[in-house]
Amino acid sequence: MADTLIDAATSRQALPAVRAPETSWRESATGYLFLAPWLIGFFGLTLGPALVSLYLSFTDYDLLSNPRWVGAANYVRIATSDPKFSAAMHVTFLYVALSVPLKLAFALLVAMMLNRGLRGLPLYRAIFYLPSLIGASVAVSVLWRQLFASDGLPNQALKLVGIHGPSWISNPDTALYTLVALAVWQFGSPMIIFLAGLRQIPKDVYEAAEIDGASRSQQFWRITLPLLTPVLFFNVVVQTIDAFKAFTPAFIISGGTGGPIDATLFYTLYLYQEAFAYFRMGYASALAWVLVVIIAAFTALSFLSSRYWVHYDG
Amino acid sequence: MVDLAGQDQVSPSRNRGGRTLLYHVVLCLASIAMLYPLLWMLASSFKPDSDIFGDASLWPRHFSLAAYWRGWSGLQVTFGKFFLNSLVVSLCSVVGNVMSCSLAAYAFARLKFRGQKFWFALMLGTLMLPYHVTLIPQYILFLNLDWVDTFLPLIVPKFLAVDAFFIFLLVQFFRSIPRELDEAAMIDGCGPWRIYWIVILPLSIPALATAAIFTFIWTWDDFFGPLIYLNDMNSYTVQLGLRSFVDSTGKSDWGALFAMSTLTLLPLFVFFLFFQRLLIDGIATTGLKG
Repeated sequence: MADTLIDAATSRQALPAVRAPETSWRESATGYLFLAPWLIGFFGLTLGPALVSLYLSFTDYDLLSNPRWVGAANYVRIATSDPKFSAAMHVTFLYVALSVPLKLAFALLVAMMLNRGLRGLPLYRAIFYLPSLIGASVAVSVLWRQLFASDGLPNQALKLVGIHGPSWISNPDTALYTLVALAVWQFGSPMIIFLAGLRQIPKDVYEAAEIDGASRSQQFWRITLPLLTPVLFFNVVVQTIDAFKAFTPAFIISGGTGGPIDATLFYTLYLYQEAFAYFRMGYASALAWVLVVIIAAFTALSFLSSRYWVHYDG
Repeated sequence: MVDLAGQDQVSPSRNRGGRTLLYHVVLCLASIAMLYPLLWMLASSFKPDSDIFGDASLWPRHFSLAAYWRGWSGLQVTFGKFFLNSLVVSLCSVVGNVMSCSLAAYAFARLKFRGQKFWFALMLGTLMLPYHVTLIPQYILFLNLDWVDTFLPLIVPKFLAVDAFFIFLLVQFFRSIPRELDEAAMIDGCGPWRIYWIVILPLSIPALATAAIFTFIWTWDDFFGPLIYLNDMNSYTVQLGLRSFVDSTGKSDWGALFAMSTLTLLPLFVFFLFFQRLLIDGIATTGLKG
């Protein structure tokens, strides 16, 4: 409310003489009243907490005693002497680097098949979309855990041909790949976005290319892909940020440990452990800010590079 | 390889027919592969435990509901309580999100006030901010308010429009409503509140429904929030209940685990069946993540 009044007061002074100050004061006041819930949330739950966590990242804090200022010690430890942090970074980057391109490749491939006016498009689209809709729930992670256990479905199939399959989720060499498979399984929502993008490409462009004798692969590389780059760009950014933030599957499949031997220790899972298992709130805040910097750096790089490969004048 | 494959050497129409058939075969196989795990879970939930292993078929030979009974009361607190809790949290979140986000969106899309552009830019900025940076101070705040083990930390932020994405979604929609309608209402003597209530909201039902459905699904699926704020089993949501179930009996009792997993997915399937169009349009037009 204070903001409303302050702003309303300043607006009255700064106003040009043409408009009646009375109306504008009321307009501004009304605007801020409508905005009030969001403003309270913004200051109380977003900006305030973000600043507090920035402060906490320079302290030692266990919730019981007061935060103790330690300077940059948390960040120094992250950068130099935290093997768990290195493990989490390794796992997370590998997960992002594998799951995002694979997921988008499947999404694009299937979208292109569906875009050819096949009959039954709504049914196919619905089937492929279903996993993305339910994928975030614990139930799906539970299903995945059972699926790749030693008695799971792939191993039952392998048994038919006489191979005794391993327990995929308790083997540190394969555990992460089951999580990648889970992410790729949810290619439905980027597929829908690709499909919407493909619909925008005018048909006559292809007809003209065909008359000029362009082969199918030329049509793909010279027409489809360039015209689809804005959509591709959007999908890359959104999916990558999402992959960095993945939590539930790793938590459920590893039972909250990030095991076996840190093979599924996603960054967010490590952050959760530091904050809510060991109550190292200062260190966990520093981890959170490192994640912000990573995501911001990635986003900035994407936007900077986009001018070289994204075509907006389709 | 989709469009890369095949040079058109034969007559184009015959080739096209053949390729269409090929695509159908590929897509059908892919559909089966995608759905098989889910159907396997569903079928296994109706099988006696001895049939789950070594029988990967999708039709139970001995149909039994026993796993559902075992799972329902497999913990000290029944799943009925978890479902009730989840329903309360999800419905309150829907009401909160739709109310607070539509109010903010109306201010951004229709009203004029000083600093409007500045706040709008800040609102878009919060879209990019990962929730991890606000997580710990928020936890400390709610801990000090004595809100841990209540639903308030999960619900109150929704009434304060913290999910800025929905504000953005609704701003886009409100802007597409002709301003002449506002002006006509204004001439009839309506103030901004009445215009919001009798002009804008009724015309925005599709966008509000999209926001409501996605809020419901995301809140229903949310695991991280309840994991942090709910410690007492009586206040668990279904996601937490399912996780406890995995930790206690689940490793041995696959049937019951699958039965409860299926039940927690049931509301999502219902939304999928009835609102598929809305969900898919929501993703296609705004890039909402599924």
